[in-house]
Amino acid sequence: MHIPDGYLGPATCGFFYVAMAPIWAFASRIVKKTLSAKQVPLLAIGAAFSFVIMMFNVPIPGGTTGHAVGGVLVAILLGPWAACIAITVALVVQALLFGDGGITAIGANCFNMAFVLPFLGYYIYKAISYGSAVDSNRRVIAAGVAGYVALNLAAALTGFEFGIQPLLHKTASGQALYCPYGLNVALPAMIGEHALVFGWVEAIVTALVIKYLQKQAPELLEEGKV
Amino acid sequence: MKMKITTKLWIGIAILIILSPVGLILPEVFKAGAAWGEWGTEEMMELVGYIPQGLEKLSSIWRAPIPDYAFHGWEEKPLQELSFAYIISAVTGIGVTILAVFIIGKLLSKKDD
Repeated sequence: MHIPDGYLGPATCGFFYVAMAPIWAFASRIVKKTLSAKQVPLLAIGAAFSFVIMMFNVPIPGGTTGHAVGGVLVAILLGPWAACIAITVALVVQALLFGDGGITAIGANCFNMAFVLPFLGYYIYKAISYGSAVDSNRRVIAAGVAGYVALNLAAALTGFEFGIQPLLHKTASGQALYCPYGLNVALPAMIGEHALVFGWVEAIVTALVIKYLQKQAPELLEEGKV
Repeated sequence: MKMKITTKLWIGIAILIILSPVGLILPEVFKAGAAWGEWGTEEMMELVGYIPQGLEKLSSIWRAPIPDYAFHGWEEKPLQELSFAYIISAVTGIGVTILAVFIIGKLLSKKDD
């Protein structure tokens, strides 16, 4: 889901940098108000977790690869605004040091994976787990559903961003300038592989860690997070 | 003495780092290619028969110091050495990520707790 340099035209890249600027600014303000110094190590663990889980490429035999993002888990534990900052840091380091995701696409990649994914996942988790006990199975299921749906929607959004490129940018002879695949190819490809495989990875990882924390550190699952 | 939960989670991260080459080896074993939409220019040539002009120009805009979690010129190395580079990459990337979060956290978090 890391869009590389060259797949999105300047208009799309610019649009998402502009869209992310107030989100990053707002996230900083919210986190400044709510994050206690004691929570900083947990934020670092969240960012580290997201970073490393994205390195676990899962193959579709003979096809493509993909991975979980871990962002829904971070959002459940620290709130979506803190998760936005943690995942942004991981994505920026991946782009700058490892060329995983383009530097021109940092805005778009952060919008998909550091904004839409944690926020959607967080509110789905909240809705399903509403009123449930900290140690209830409903929380585990809520975490799994949230992970699955959020990763799929982020993937669909990525497919949409790929797919509009041929509409936006073409040479006089009709060749694509950036991503050559339109919505009819990009959307089903991105949605299909995430719905079939990678979404389940995010769901299982999120649910398992919540299950583990119910036993080991239920205080982390109490309300009143960032 | 009971171990702090953050300590346990740090250990979990360390285990994931050591296991990370699984994310490199499994796609190789199952002959899976790049992620959708993350092809290099050569793969793009094979897929659509040309390299989109804008893509060709922009794709080389940034030279990452450790491209694709492997050292420069290591493309043809055996999987074992690539796995080593993958772990070094994970340690480096996560180290920088943690450092950045601690700096941001120091700037943003409330001192009184």
